[in-house]
Amino acid sequence: MSGGVDSSVAAALLLEQGHDVVGVTLKLWENPGDGGCCSAAEIEDARRVAQQLGIDHWVFGFTEDFETQVVAPYAEAHAAGLTPNPCIECNRHIKFGRLLRRARQLGFDAVATGHHARIRGGRLRRGADRAKDQSYVLYVLGREELEGCLFPVGELTKAEVRAKARSLGLRTAGKPDSQDVCFVTTSGGREALLASRIPLHAGRVVDAAGALVGRVGAVELVTVGQRRGLGLAGGGPPQFALAVDAAARTVTVGPLPNLLTDRVELAGITWAGEPTAGPVEAQTSAHGAPAPARVEGATVRFDRPHRRVAPGQSVVLYRGDEVLGGGLAK
Amino acid sequence: MLAYLDNAATTPMRPEAVEAMLPYLTERFGNPSGSHALSREAKKAVEEARDVVAAALGAAPGEVVFTGSGTESDNLAVIGAYGARPGAVVCSAVEHHAVLHATEAVGGRRAPVRPDGAVDLDALAAMLDPSVSAVAVMLANNEVGTIQPLADVVALVRARAPQAVVVTDAVQAFPWVDVATAAAGADLVAVSAHKFGGPKGVGALVVRQGVKLAPIIHGGGQERDRRSGTYNVAGIVAMAAAMQATVAGRDATVARVGAQRDRLADGLLAQIDGALETGDRATKVAGNCHLTFEGVEAEALLVLLDGAGVCASAGSACTSGAIEPSHVLEAMGVPRDRGLGALRLSLGPSTTDDEVDVALEAVPEAIARLRAA
Repeated sequence: MSGGVDSSVAAALLLEQGHDVVGVTLKLWENPGDGGCCSAAEIEDARRVAQQLGIDHWVFGFTEDFETQVVAPYAEAHAAGLTPNPCIECNRHIKFGRLLRRARQLGFDAVATGHHARIRGGRLRRGADRAKDQSYVLYVLGREELEGCLFPVGELTKAEVRAKARSLGLRTAGKPDSQDVCFVTTSGGREALLASRIPLHAGRVVDAAGALVGRVGAVELVTVGQRRGLGLAGGGPPQFALAVDAAARTVTVGPLPNLLTDRVELAGITWAGEPTAGPVEAQTSAHGAPAPARVEGATVRFDRPHRRVAPGQSVVLYRGDEVLGGGLAK
Repeated sequence: MLAYLDNAATTPMRPEAVEAMLPYLTERFGNPSGSHALSREAKKAVEEARDVVAAALGAAPGEVVFTGSGTESDNLAVIGAYGARPGAVVCSAVEHHAVLHATEAVGGRRAPVRPDGAVDLDALAAMLDPSVSAVAVMLANNEVGTIQPLADVVALVRARAPQAVVVTDAVQAFPWVDVATAAAGADLVAVSAHKFGGPKGVGALVVRQGVKLAPIIHGGGQERDRRSGTYNVAGIVAMAAAMQATVAGRDATVARVGAQRDRLADGLLAQIDGALETGDRATKVAGNCHLTFEGVEAEALLVLLDGAGVCASAGSACTSGAIEPSHVLEAMGVPRDRGLGALRLSLGPSTTDDEVDVALEAVPEAIARLRAA
């Protein structure tokens, strides 16, 4: 229970379905402010909902593991010029790692969250509300994890979730969805967080011929595919970041056709079941449209030219609604 | 059946305290700060309570300031002393957060402790000089129960920082220690009612004659300008009744509960592999049983114990409810992993032998379950 409306309704639905439910809020981060993830305010919201539903509520502090397995790797990835997705690592190591292990240790059968996703026949599928589908960030869950997971709100649309929350009189019914990575505060942003952990280096922006065309304040903050903030002179066709070389402190830019590619190589592939080859739909961002492609080994070949995937981002492979697996773009 | 072994967190109210306060919740509702008969009646109750509290704490009635909590008393002592006479403030590294954070707020420093939890007198001595204006060392520690060598601390302060005041948080000590005697040398002594069978929301601070404090709460000037705010008459009356009962029964309680604690601690140490007792039993309060277990996470242990009807705690619960690594254990040199497997069982005057039996069964079982999983 994060204190948000999805997990609040998930708990309520489980109770209606006759499960024995205990609410758990994870304290993962020291949030000095009075709002935002892991703050006292959020935890109190979650606790209040648990009280309203009549269920026990526990707070587990996994701050150390979160630091070593999510935040530190996030900073290191940026230092290497990659574009990591820490929510996926949190799901992998913390929510469906540490927490699932503790749940089993305490004799529970499953961990449920407010994620918009579904499980059918032991396989992960998109949630009913396509616009809110979060199966993308859950692709790292293997069979063993999925056996211990429940996603009650995956069958509902977001509107239905809010309506349910209101009908239950839950305090969090009208709460807006959280947007950014949970440990990045709105005040400082990503830059403030990273600046406190890794050296940020000014970088040169060059074209295909190596000529200097712009500058960036921090090469570690540049993402492949980005168009703005590259210090480029105006005019001419739009230029995109094609590659980031953190060691050389160089960003290479080019026009859109140069950003398009026919494939992406994946590292750290996880498969929901057996490794698959053949036709798939490849989704290359949390809410991007999936692109028809073929997977063979660790190579995903797009049917049509596709914008280059920033190294470190996840590519998730679907067949229809079902998640087959995924990996990190090299 | 609930085995309530968290008396260091709070205690059930003594029946005499409940009875004493009821009239002040009902027909005797006057505000002591008024002038008519109803107010005078309430004022009389407060002053009678003050006499009782003063006697129990070895102070003159005029030296007793009623506050809203032990935390408030600690804050008034540290920040009030600093406000009246700014200077360097030193507190022990194992103080309650109220003293720790108040000390931090005025730019103070921490004095290290020995592995048994007692303040390192040599290290403290080295930190004392005429620039020090306040030294805070608790009489007994809330997590591991260590009783501090307060008399030695006072002697050191008088010798090396003669202008400094000695603050002692006696919140955890009062149920077990004759505070009037043990804290006789301290300038400021803090207590909290709900730790000895009184209600939550009321405490007291002894401010010895001549000690100057800058008030931290401003208003109508109650308590001789030391602590403004309408008196919690019912709470104060109940606190006095609880104090009186505590003092009267203290020696017998210490003997009886000490024996229960010994049975509990020895029983758990015998049944559980990789269990260590924290601190020195000879120098801790009678009700404290603090253990660390190898390969066990306290958070998970508390969940299982809760399910078994055992109320206990571990480390220090921060306001979020998650268990944080304990600054007390860290200061005592307990390795971090060990510290995350800590359990505090704190007995009190109302603890029964049955409750101890329940814990003797439930704790080993819970640990076995966690280690097997």
